[in-house]
Amino acid sequence: MTEILIFLLGLTVIMIVAAGIGIFWAIKNGQFEDMEGPAQRILMDDDDPRIPRYSNSKSKQ
Amino acid sequence: MNTAETSCYHCALPVPASAHYPVTIEGKPHEMCCRGCQAVAQTIVDNGLTDYYRHRTALPGVGHEVVPEEVQKLALYDHPGIQKSFVRQEGEHVREASLILEGITCAACIWLNERHLKQLPGVLQVQVNYATHRARITWDDQAIHLSKILEEIQLLGYNAHPFSAERQENLRRKRRAKDLRRIAIAGLSSGQVMMLAVALYAGAAFGMEDSTAALLRYFSLVLTLPVVFYAAVPFYQSAWNALLGKRLNMDVPVSLAVIGAFIGSAWATLQGHGVVYYDAITMFSLFLLSSRFLEHGAQEKSVEAAENLLKLAPAMATRVLDGGQHQPVPVLELNEGDTILAKPGEAIAADAEVIEGESTVDEALLTGESRPVPKRAGVRVIAGSINLEGPLWLRVTGVGENTVLAGIVRLLDRAVAEKPRLAQLADQVAGHFTVGLLILTAIVGAAWWWLEPGQAFGIVLAVLVVTCPCALSLAAPTVFAAAGSHLLRHGILLTRGHALETLAKVNHVVFDKTGTLTYGKPVLQRTVTFSDMDEERSLLLAASLEQASEHPLAQSFLSRVAGTDLVAVQEAQNLPGKGVSGSIAGVRYSLGNAALAGFEPVALPGDLPEGATRVWLCDERRTLAVFVLSDGLRPQAGELVGQLKAAGVQVTILSGDAADAVAHVAAETGIESWQAALRPEDKLKALRELQQRGDVVAMVGDGVNDAPVLAGADVSIAMGGGTQVARASSDIVLLTENLLDIQRALQTGQASITVMRQNFVWAIVYNLLALPFAAVGMIPPWLASIGMSTSSLVVVMNALRLR
Repeated sequence: MTEILIFLLGLTVIMIVAAGIGIFWAIKNGQFEDMEGPAQRILMDDDDPRIPRYSNSKSKQ
Repeated sequence: MNTAETSCYHCALPVPASAHYPVTIEGKPHEMCCRGCQAVAQTIVDNGLTDYYRHRTALPGVGHEVVPEEVQKLALYDHPGIQKSFVRQEGEHVREASLILEGITCAACIWLNERHLKQLPGVLQVQVNYATHRARITWDDQAIHLSKILEEIQLLGYNAHPFSAERQENLRRKRRAKDLRRIAIAGLSSGQVMMLAVALYAGAAFGMEDSTAALLRYFSLVLTLPVVFYAAVPFYQSAWNALLGKRLNMDVPVSLAVIGAFIGSAWATLQGHGVVYYDAITMFSLFLLSSRFLEHGAQEKSVEAAENLLKLAPAMATRVLDGGQHQPVPVLELNEGDTILAKPGEAIAADAEVIEGESTVDEALLTGESRPVPKRAGVRVIAGSINLEGPLWLRVTGVGENTVLAGIVRLLDRAVAEKPRLAQLADQVAGHFTVGLLILTAIVGAAWWWLEPGQAFGIVLAVLVVTCPCALSLAAPTVFAAAGSHLLRHGILLTRGHALETLAKVNHVVFDKTGTLTYGKPVLQRTVTFSDMDEERSLLLAASLEQASEHPLAQSFLSRVAGTDLVAVQEAQNLPGKGVSGSIAGVRYSLGNAALAGFEPVALPGDLPEGATRVWLCDERRTLAVFVLSDGLRPQAGELVGQLKAAGVQVTILSGDAADAVAHVAAETGIESWQAALRPEDKLKALRELQQRGDVVAMVGDGVNDAPVLAGADVSIAMGGGTQVARASSDIVLLTENLLDIQRALQTGQASITVMRQNFVWAIVYNLLALPFAAVGMIPPWLASIGMSTSSLVVVMNALRLR
């Protein structure tokens, strides 16, 4: 009983350390500096010219 | 022509009936309101960036026409001496700079700037931060110059300024990263400790071997170590600083709770019996760190926005050396006695005396005088005023602290210092609350120690945690942050959070006339023609003559006839202080003041408005036409005054301008109370009188002369196009320059006060309810932790309703 617990707790430690390193790396990389931009940026298509569109289609505005 | 479109496709302002500025976007013609918008839209189309119009969620500012003068000024940024302060050398030719982007309204703006700049050859990297409106650009100096990049940004309708406060920015970024690391540690630990705590509680209820329980406790202890010795350190520092200063703050009971609980739990773990509170310690730290982080973020955002407005780029001047060469120098390096050159259209860098040249100077921002002031050799000019017509050679008489401008700024400092500090008050209240809390906790602890020593420790801990004034301290800042972001989305920038509180109580709005109710630029009001001249022909002649002039009056003629072909002018001459002259189709014309014509002017109709500028168009023998120009009223001015009056708010004009001009504007907008010809000191005095009557005054202004009044008012609003000093000294900046936003700001202020009150009531009721239960031992520390965080969460959620 105690042996398996010790094994599982040891596993937990490894996972926590891995998660911690991951988060620290992300912070160091500046991934938390702009919390709004990237979420919006993904919506802007870069491949637009390849998407067929009717030239007379009404614009939205 | 597409008559269906009545608002500008680019900026959504109404298109004047006479305007015709079409741009074809995705195969369909669209109308723009002015040349500026047309130029911007055309640039966007030409670069294949029309997606911008599909993606944008907010409208841009009004397009500005890029004039050659401005582009020339940008070239100064290529000068190595000036680049030193804000450009980093990355390689032999690779350079990096931070820029502040003005005019970012939505994510599509970021996209537009990034895409467009990346297309330019030589630009290596562009990164725009949506949250701070700052861009980081890396380029190869062999292939492209910084001035070209800045020019391209202007062509898109944005304004970019080099940003030199790198060190401060770095410091802030480092602190933010540190805070995030602490939160990460606390989050990881608290998650694990909570799991173990559940197991321990279950074990206590259903039975668990002692050795297993001990193992779980030791493991919890290990997991809690990084929280106590790393994540929670800021609490100890803040508490220690407060104690050193013989004060008490919220962090004192927080630190006591964390350290006390840890020592108690560690002792219990080592002894093998007793209660442990690892779950409470880690959760408590996590919640506190997170709420502080969110609060900091909101504050930093407003600080950054204010810094962006201050344009920290170096101000430059052109020094004339003994040999006659021109040398661009930072204003800071100017000395008294130096000779500097002020080109037309430039701001004058220092207080100085004219030694050569003749021109008119716009001092409106400093004195409120809306008409240009003529300057010739021997006359003094003020730093910050704008040279309009011809080049001026100046001898510097005052720099830095010795300028008139600096004097006004000192006046401003004093007014700022006199402002009641609401933030300090809030701190004091929290201090008193903490003292009461600690005394109460001591009494409860002593009582339990006497009754039942075994329980005392857990109960003291529960009291400390459950009554942590988190919700109380979050009640106001979260509301400021939420309301601030709501306003920002509508183009209203809140530079000081506590302004909202005052905004709700405003019952008197004071306007400076020039630049707020009016545009601050002359607009052609009326044309009187003589002999066989018709209005259209006279305007065409006038505009043609003014083609090359930099004078603001010239712009108003040109914008009037925009779209028509101007006629060619021979022998064009600029006569500073008088006007312009030139030959068109063999006839010599002059355009300027009455003196320029050189003969007795004709009589004018008696009903012309007083205080307006008159411009005479003459040929060699007679007067052909007289143009009447005055400062144009903003279209929303009347509506705003009506709305304010309907809401029971008084409206007053305090202006530095002449009485007749002010009376005219007051009559147009329906404002009954006004004062004219006031100096900055007079304005401040008039304002103080209103305040002594018990009025809560909101001041709307844009000039440097308004800065002290803006700072002295209970709450101040500056126009986005106004001067830096005005914006720096105000609580609210109207980025869109839409006057109706003032009414919106007032409404938001009232709504936020309501929400803030709800928050305070909730926080206090919660604390009062929870305290007795904790004191009698009915709330274990872990439940106290949950209660504390739930109450904070309620406060935050309630504040978010404002967004």
